[in-house]
Formats: sequence, structure tokens, C-alpha cells
Amino acid sequence: MTDITSKPPTEAVLAPDVATPEVVPAGVPPKQGKPASLWSDAWKELRRKPTFVISAVIIIVMVVMAAVPTLFTSVDPRECSLLNALQPPSAEHWFGFDLQGCDYYSRTIHGARNSVAIGLVVTFFASLIAVTLGSLAGYKGGWIDSSLARLADIFFAIPLILAGIVLLNALGSKSVWTVSAVLIVFGWPTMLRLMRSSVLSVRELDYVDAARALGASDWRIITRHILPNGITPVVVYATITVGVVISAEATLSFLNVGLQLPAISWGLMISVAQNRILEAPHLLFFPGLFLSITVFSFILMGDALRDALDPKLR
Amino acid sequence: MTSYIIRRLGQFVLVFFAATLMIYAMVFAIPGDPIRALAGDKPMPDSLRQTLTQQFHLDEPFLVQYWYYITGVIQGDLGTSFNNREVTEIISERFPRTLRLAIYAFIIEVIIGVSAGIWAGIRKDKFFDSLVKVSTVAVISVPIFVLGFMAQLIIGVRLGWLPVTAGNPPSLYGYLLPAIVLASVSLAYVARLTRSSLVENLRSDYVRTAKSKGLTQRRVIGVHTFRNSLIPVVTFLAIDLGALMGGAIVTETIFNIPGIGRAVYEAVLAQEGNVVVGIVTVLVIIYAVANLVVDVMYAVLDPRIRYD
Repeated sequence: MTDITSKPPTEAVLAPDVATPEVVPAGVPPKQGKPASLWSDAWKELRRKPTFVISAVIIIVMVVMAAVPTLFTSVDPRECSLLNALQPPSAEHWFGFDLQGCDYYSRTIHGARNSVAIGLVVTFFASLIAVTLGSLAGYKGGWIDSSLARLADIFFAIPLILAGIVLLNALGSKSVWTVSAVLIVFGWPTMLRLMRSSVLSVRELDYVDAARALGASDWRIITRHILPNGITPVVVYATITVGVVISAEATLSFLNVGLQLPAISWGLMISVAQNRILEAPHLLFFPGLFLSITVFSFILMGDALRDALDPKLR
Repeated sequence: MTSYIIRRLGQFVLVFFAATLMIYAMVFAIPGDPIRALAGDKPMPDSLRQTLTQQFHLDEPFLVQYWYYITGVIQGDLGTSFNNREVTEIISERFPRTLRLAIYAFIIEVIIGVSAGIWAGIRKDKFFDSLVKVSTVAVISVPIFVLGFMAQLIIGVRLGWLPVTAGNPPSLYGYLLPAIVLASVSLAYVARLTRSSLVENLRSDYVRTAKSKGLTQRRVIGVHTFRNSLIPVVTFLAIDLGALMGGAIVTETIFNIPGIGRAVYEAVLAQEGNVVVGIVTVLVIIYAVANLVVDVMYAVLDPRIRYD
């Protein structure tokens, strides 16, 4: 219960999203004079890294945009007038109008919600599955390990977009939930492999043996000793996965098997725009830009996290 | 070693059956009338319905249906489409175009990706390195359909450097833009992988030894580091050739190339179950074989890795 090293991971993972540097006391040595943990070390390094700061700021803006789009625009994205159809960007309407004459800035802002929600929900559940099954497989070994590995192989054998097209088309209903469910089902195998190999490398360490010798239960060993030390690669990969999922959702929506109108989504906006690229390139440009920037910041943040957390690179 | 290959082959067989079963289930076992799905919106006479029910063994349990299907696949029979075309015929007509596209993309990816990675790795933390690091993240971040449209709009229409679509029949020149777009993401991965692998190896003991023997920079990098660094890159490339074919769906849709990716997409929209399952099965086989070859190659090439 007094195991302090198991706490910092969650804090450090959440910190970039919720805390500004002022909240975390700068330069204060780690609590109780203990040597700095990997995570507090990493956090110190990250705060000074421009790529991390930039990506964190963009991600916060996008999350806020997804949660409260009205902060950014007071225009109703569904209030349209055909008189304005396809008007290019102007001083009053920065992003112009779409084919139905809806304000494109407002639609782009409101499009953040579906992308960010799907990205976070899918990553959360896929990593939850991967971490649970991965630590089980890595720790227990034997038939549990090999059957889970084979199960992952099977899902891994079908490319994500292909699986998404086939399954979503079969499911018929295409809401945020079904799209998320499909992406979760085909998203966990890679992370399972990562978690498993990471657990394998931690399992043999001395302090795990020590805990076992002291009579700790499997549950305690996994949650207190193996997870906090083995989860790092999964955290890095999960950050990147948010971006990958957002991109996959947009691709599926673009191919007309993801979210359907009247839902507002960047992928869908580009799908509608594709026949008008020549006359109205702004229809492609703005949602494409928002989409790419969002994916970019998650991948950049994952990169920065990896650099900070991998002691070999120091 | 032999036992490893045998075990790996066993896994391959298992994955093949389970993955095809899963696809088959996704296409056919989900609620709905598969014959109506085959017919689309058109009405269907009862006699035809009965013939089709018998032809596809639809009155049998699902697993029996799958058994009929998979035994057919093993004998090289992927069934027929709704308008009675052999699925194998559709594939053999469409596949060469996708293969060409994938091979062009592959060549671009190898040449540009590896050389950018090497250059960045040698000049670690210099300007070109940072440029490669940032630009590869940027390329990976832009979804391929956005990239495709942007390329069409800017390179194809505004600048007029390359044709916007591949043309019919597609020409080598016409394939260039779609191949660049398809290659872009993998190219970025290849560059990053080459770079990090090179950087890691440049720090190793044998490189230090080579340097202290007084070998030239050229020889240290060219002979001692380069070949070792390429092991992970080669394995990535081998898997990627399989992935490129699956990834061609979006590229082929945008650039109007009638390849296998477009065929599967059209078949899904037209609810041509047999065509979908057939093509996906072929893609899964290609992907799984690529994985198998890589794993076995790895076992042969890298004696440091022990398999037991």
C-alpha cells in the first residue's frame, strides 16, 4: 500500500492534458527525498520540449472544441441557406460555405466532437483490453499466452480499413457507437503484443521475485509491480493510436461506411466535397487541415513521450 | 530452427482458417437475407431463389456453408459473383493493376525512404535530421485520402505536372501520382526506421572499434553499420508490400484505378458477398504469407535471435 512508484504513471499521463506547468511545482524535488522516478524525470524533460508543448496545446484546444464547440462559434452548423452555396472564404465567414450553404467554419468546429470522441473512446477501451489481456498473457504464459497470441494474430491478419468496410457494411447501423466498436475490435491486437512483451521483460526482474518471495498474490504482483513498470510502451503507443483512430474514422466516413449524414464529421465533409474540389477547394482544405493537425499532435506527443520515457535514448 | 518453421506454418494455417471464417461470418451470417443482398434492389423469381439457395448451401448450418466455401478456396474456386462471373476471374483481371501500383509505390518508398533515413541518421540532430523527423510525422498525420486529393489538386491540376487519374488503360506515367500518394505513409515509416536503426548502431561497440582502427567514415558507415541497420527495415518492407495492396482501397478510389481495392469496395457497396469474401481472402493470404516469410527470413538471417 505504501508503494509510491505505482502512482506517478497515471498522474503523469493525465498531467499534460489537464495541468499547466504552474500547477505542478517546478523544480521541486520528488517527494520524500526518493530518487526521481522515470515519470517525474520524463515530466521534467517534457515541459521543456517544444514539440510536446505544442502538441499538448493543440490537443487541449481540440478537446475543448469537441466538448464546448459554442466557445468557438455561435453559428448553428445546421442552419443553412442555399443562397450562400459554395461561397468561398470571406472576412465574415472565414471558411466559406458548403454546398447546402451552411457556414463551413461552424461545421468544421462542430466536426471535432465525433473525431475526438471516437479517438479517445476507442483508444481507451482498446488499451484496456490490451493491458488486461497482455499482462495476463505475459505473466501467466503457457496456454493462456499462446491462445491470446493466436487470437491477436487472427484480428491482425485483416487490414483495419478493410475489416471496417466489411463489418460496418454488414452491421447496417452506422453511428458513433458502431464505428467505435468496430475500431475497438480490430484495434487492440497491436497493443496486446506490446504489453505482453513488456510484461515479459519486467516479469523476470529481481523485485518481482522479491515480492513473490514475500508471499504477494498474483494480483498484487501484477497491479503493484508489473503494470506500473511495464505499461510505458503501451502509453506511448496509445497516444499515437488516438491519432491513428481519428484518421481511420475519417477514412471510413469518407468511404461512406462510417458516420452518415446528418452527422457532422471531418471525414464526411471531405467525402461530400470530393466532387467539388475544383470549384470549391476550401471544402477540402479546412476539414482536411483540422483532421491532419489533430492527428499530427497526437503522433507528435507520442513521439515526445517515447523520447522522454526511453532511458536508452537519453 | 526447423521446428520453429513448422510451428510457424501451423500458426499460419490456423490464422488463415480463423480469419477467413471471421470474414465469411461478417459477410454472410449477420442478420439479413443473403440472397436478397445478392439481388440488390431487383425482385427475384422463386425458382432462381431456390437454385441460389441450393447453390450456396443456404439451407445448411453456417459452419457447413463455411466448410463448402473453404474447401472450394483450397481448390482454387472462390465462387461466382451475382452475374455469374468467376470471382477468380475478377481477381485475375483486377489484381495486376494493384500489383503494379503497389510495386511502383514500393520502389519509391525504398529509394526515397532509405536514403532520407540514412542521411538523417548520419547527421543526427542537424538540420536535415530535424527536417526528416518533422516532415515524416506530418506525412503520417495526413490521412491518405486528404493527401490524395491535395496531390490531385496541387500537382495534378494547379501545377499540371502529373496526370490526375491513371487513365484507361493505365499508363506508367499515370500511375506515378497515385504511387507517390500510396507510398507516402510507408515512406515516412521507412525513413524513421532507417534513421533510428542507424543511430542506434552507430553507438555500438563494433562501430567504435572500427573508428578507432582508423577506418574512414565511409567504410565505417557503408560496411559496418549500414548492413546491420537494414535488418529491421527489410522486415518492415516485406510486410509492407502486403499492406500496400490492402491499403490500395483508398488510393484506387480517389485516382479511379480499377484495381482490386476498388473492386472490393464496389463489391461491398453492391452487397456482392462472394466477391467481397473472395478478394478479402486473397488479401489476407498475401498479408499472412508476407508475415510468414518475414518471420522465417528473420530466423535465418539473424542468428542472435533464438527460437525455442
